[in-house]
Amino acid sequence: MAATAESDTSRNPFRRPKATTGFWSWLTTTDHKKIGILYFVTAFTFFIIAGLQALLIRVQLAGPDGQALNPDQYNQIFTMHGITMIFLALMPLSAGFFNFVMPLQIGARDVAFPRLNAFSYWVFLFGGIFIYSSIFLGGMPDGGWFNYAPLSSQVGPDPMAGTIVDAHVSRMLFYSIGLQIVGLGSLVSSVNFVVTILNMRAPGMTLMRMPVFTWMTLVTSFLMLFAMPIIGVALWQLMFDVRFGGNFFDPSAGGDPILWQHMFWLFGHPEVYILILPAFGLVSEVLPVFSRKPIFGYAALVFSGIAIGFLGFGVWAHHMFAVGMGPVANAAFALTTMFIAVPTGVKIFNWLGTVWGGKLTFPTPMLFALGLIGMFTIGGLSGVTHAVVPHNYQHTDTYYVVAHFHYVLFGGALFGLFAGMYYFFPKMTGRMLGEKLGKWHFWLILIGFNATFAPMHILGLQGMPRRVDTYPAGYGWEFWNAVETAGSFLIAVAVLIFVINVVISRRSGVVAGDDPWDARTVEWLTTSPPKPHNFDEIPQVTSRDELWNRKYTSDHGKPIRVPAGGSGEAAHEHEAHDIHMPDPSFFPLVAALGITIAGYGVFTGGIAMAAIFGLGLVVGLYGFFGWAFEPPSEDDH
Amino acid sequence: MASEPAAPTPQHETTLGLSNEKMGMWAMIGSECLFFGALIAAYLIYVNAFGDAPEINPSTIYDIPFTSVSTFILLMSSLGVVLALSGAQQGDDRRMRTWLLATALMGATFLSGQIYEFTVFMEEGMRMSTSPFTTSFYVLTGFHGVHVGVGVLMLLTLWGRSLAGKLERRKSEIVENVGLYWHFVDIVWIIIFTVVYLIPAE
Amino acid sequence: MADTETKEPHASGEEHHHPGVKEYVEIGVILAVLTAIEVGLYYADVPRQVAVPALLALTAAKFVLVVLWFMHLRFDSRWFRRLFWTGVIAASLLFFVTTILLTF
Repeated sequence: MAATAESDTSRNPFRRPKATTGFWSWLTTTDHKKIGILYFVTAFTFFIIAGLQALLIRVQLAGPDGQALNPDQYNQIFTMHGITMIFLALMPLSAGFFNFVMPLQIGARDVAFPRLNAFSYWVFLFGGIFIYSSIFLGGMPDGGWFNYAPLSSQVGPDPMAGTIVDAHVSRMLFYSIGLQIVGLGSLVSSVNFVVTILNMRAPGMTLMRMPVFTWMTLVTSFLMLFAMPIIGVALWQLMFDVRFGGNFFDPSAGGDPILWQHMFWLFGHPEVYILILPAFGLVSEVLPVFSRKPIFGYAALVFSGIAIGFLGFGVWAHHMFAVGMGPVANAAFALTTMFIAVPTGVKIFNWLGTVWGGKLTFPTPMLFALGLIGMFTIGGLSGVTHAVVPHNYQHTDTYYVVAHFHYVLFGGALFGLFAGMYYFFPKMTGRMLGEKLGKWHFWLILIGFNATFAPMHILGLQGMPRRVDTYPAGYGWEFWNAVETAGSFLIAVAVLIFVINVVISRRSGVVAGDDPWDARTVEWLTTSPPKPHNFDEIPQVTSRDELWNRKYTSDHGKPIRVPAGGSGEAAHEHEAHDIHMPDPSFFPLVAALGITIAGYGVFTGGIAMAAIFGLGLVVGLYGFFGWAFEPPSEDDH
Repeated sequence: MASEPAAPTPQHETTLGLSNEKMGMWAMIGSECLFFGALIAAYLIYVNAFGDAPEINPSTIYDIPFTSVSTFILLMSSLGVVLALSGAQQGDDRRMRTWLLATALMGATFLSGQIYEFTVFMEEGMRMSTSPFTTSFYVLTGFHGVHVGVGVLMLLTLWGRSLAGKLERRKSEIVENVGLYWHFVDIVWIIIFTVVYLIPAE
Repeated sequence: MADTETKEPHASGEEHHHPGVKEYVEIGVILAVLTAIEVGLYYADVPRQVAVPALLALTAAKFVLVVLWFMHLRFDSRWFRRLFWTGVIAASLLFFVTTILLTF
C-alpha cells in the first residue's frame, strides 16, 4: 500500500500536501472544521465591509439633501450593501455553521465530499473578490441586488468587435458573472450537505433523532439545490443580454422585462428562507439548553420547517403585486403568502413552549435567541401586511419594505447567527466568548437595531421611497432619519465590541472544556476544539437528546446526574490510530481559480476573450482532472 | 459499541446503504431539472416573439430531417452507455471500453451536428440578437450542447483511464454515475426535440 | 421513531437488480420506434389538436423509459426517486405557472 501511495504522489506535479498547520494547510485543507472557520472569517470580513457601506448610506441620509455621496456612488453602495450582506455575509456565515457544526451533530467524521467542500469555499471567496474587483474596473454593480431589467440589461457592443465594454455593461457583468460564481459554490455545497445528512449519520441517528439545526440545514440545502439553478439561468440570460445582444429582457425587441422579475423572485423568495432557516435551527439548539428542557414539539418544529421549504417556492410573485399581474394572480399569491405565516408561527410557539416553565439562564447566546423571537415576530407581522394586496400597493418601494426585511434578516437571521457564534465559539476554539462584552454587544445591538429600523416603518408609511439617494427638506422625514443614523452607529459600536471580544477571548478567554453549556446533543461529546477526525469513537445514538440522556437520568421529571463513566461512554480513552481522514488537496483551489479567471473573459472581446477563456479553461480542467485522478486519501486504495 | 469499527473513509459504510457519489449525482440531476426547466420555459414564452425578423421562425428555420438524425444518434448513445455499464458490471473491460468510446463518438457526432446547424442558421441570418425567439433558442440548445461536451469529456476520460489500467477501484459505479449524467442530458434532448423542433412549426 | 427508515432491505448490496443487455437493447429499439413515430407525426397530415397531445405523450413515454430503465430508477433506492421527481415536478409546476403569468 505504501508503495502505491508513493508512486501516485510522484506522478503528481504537486507533491500531495501534508501540512496540517500553517499557511499551506489552510489553502489545501479538506477538514470541514477548518473550512467552516475559513467561511466564518471570510464572511465576517464581508459583513464588516457591507456594514461600512450601510454606515455610508446612513450618513448620506442623516439629513435632507445629503452630500456625502453622489447619486452614482449611492447606487453602487446600496447595491453592494445588499449583495454583500446576502451572498457574501449571511449565506456564508450560515455555511460556516453547516460546515463546522452539522457533521459533528450527526456524529460524522467529515462531510460526504471533503474536496468538493473546499471547492465551495474557494469559489465563494474568489467570487466575492471577483465582484469587488469591479471597484478598479469601471465601478461596482449599481442596479440594486434584484437588478431589475431592462435597467440592467442594456445591449452591449458587438461581441466580435474586440472592444472593452462600457461602464454600465461592465457593472452588470460583474453582477451576473460574480453572482454566478458565488452561486456555484452554494449549489455545490447544497449537494454536499444533502448527501452528508442523508447518508453520513452515526448509527442510531434516525432522521427524527437529528438535532433541529441539522434538520434546518437539510431543508436549507434542498432550497439551495432547487433555487440556485433558477438564479443561475437568470444570470446567464442577463449576461447574454448585456454582452452578446440577447433579447430576453429587452422590450423594444419583443422581450419581457417581467421575465427577469419572475426568474429573480422564483429564486429570491426561497433565498430568504435560505437565509432565515439556519438561524431558526441555531436558536432551536440554544433555547432548550438554557431552558434545561427538551425542545417543545420537535416534530412540529421539523415539519413546519419542511412546510416552509415547500411553501417558500409558491409565494414568489408577492414581490411583484405592483407590476400588474391581474387580480387572480395577486389574490392567489396573497393567499399562499398568508399561508406561509402559519408554519412560521408554529415555530414561534415551539420556542415559547420550550422556554415556558424552564429553568432559565441568560448567557449571551440565550439573549440573542430570545432577541430573535421578539424581533423576527415583528418582522413576520409586517410581512403579513405585505401579503394584503391593497396595503402592498401603498408601501411598495418605500422604507416600510426596508424595515420589514431588516427585521427578518437582521433581527432574525443575524441575531440567530450571533446566538450560534456565542454558543459554538467554545467548541470551535476551546475558549468561551467573554460574557461581559457579550452582554454589552447584545444590548447595544438590540437598541441600535430598533433605533435604526423601527422608524423606517413610519417613514415608509409616510411615503419615503427606498433606493433614492436623497430627500428634500419639508416632508417631515428629518427627525426619524437622524434617529436611524444615530442607531446605525450604535450597531457599529456593538459589532466592534463583538470583534474585540473575539480577539480577546481567543487568546485569554475562559477555557471551555468539552461541554461548557451542559448541552444536549453529541457535538458536545467530543473535545473542544474537536480533533481532525471529530470523534475517537463514533457515538451510538439512542435518543434525540443523546448527550443529555447520557448525563442525566430522570427521577419524577427531575434530572439526576449519572456519575461520570456510569453510562460506559466517557471512560473510553481510545487511541485513534486506525482512522484515515481525507488528505489535503490543492486541486479544489486550482479548479475554483480557473473558473474565476474564465469569468474575466466576458469583459473583453475577440482574441483577448478567447485567450482569457482558454487560460481559465486550462487551469480549471487541470484542477478538475487532478482532483479526479487523485484518490481522496493516499492510503485509500 | 466498543467493537464499532472506525470507518476508514466515509464511503465504506453509509446510513442508507447507498453510495455518496451516486446520491450526489442524483441530487445534481434534480437541480439540473430546474436549470433546463427555466431555459425551456424562456423558449416557450418567446416561441412566437420574432421581433423585426418574422421570416426567421420555427417553420422556416429548422431542418427536421437533419435534427431527427442527430436526435436518433444521441438517443442511441444512451443505449451505448448502458451497454458499457453492463460490461463494467460483468468485468468485461473490453466491452466496457468499446461502448464508452462508441458513446463518446456518438455524443461528438451530435455536437458536430449542432455546430453545423448553428453555422447554417447564422448564414441564414439567425443571430443571437435577431429576436427573443433566436436568443432563447441559442441559449437553450447551447447550454444543452455544453452539457453534451462535458459528458463526452468524461466518457473519453473513463475510456483513457481504463486503457491505461487506472480505472479499477469502484469501476462500475463510476461508469454508472457518468451514465446517469449522460442519460439526463439525453432526456433533456428528448424534451427539446419535441417542444422546440416538432411542435412549434404550424 | 422506527429504525426502518435508515436502511432499505434491497438497497444495501453492491449490485441490485439491473436489466440485462437484452432488455437494454429492447428498450433502445422501442425508443427508436417512438422517435420514428414522432417524426412521422410531424410530416403526416394530422390536425394539430391531435398531433400535439400525441407528440407530448410520446415524449413522456421516451422520458420515462430512459429514466426508469436506463437510469435504473425503477430498481433503485426511493431516495434517488425522491430527488429526481422532486426536481421534475418542481420545474414543471413553477415554470408552468410562470409561463401562464407571463403570456396571459
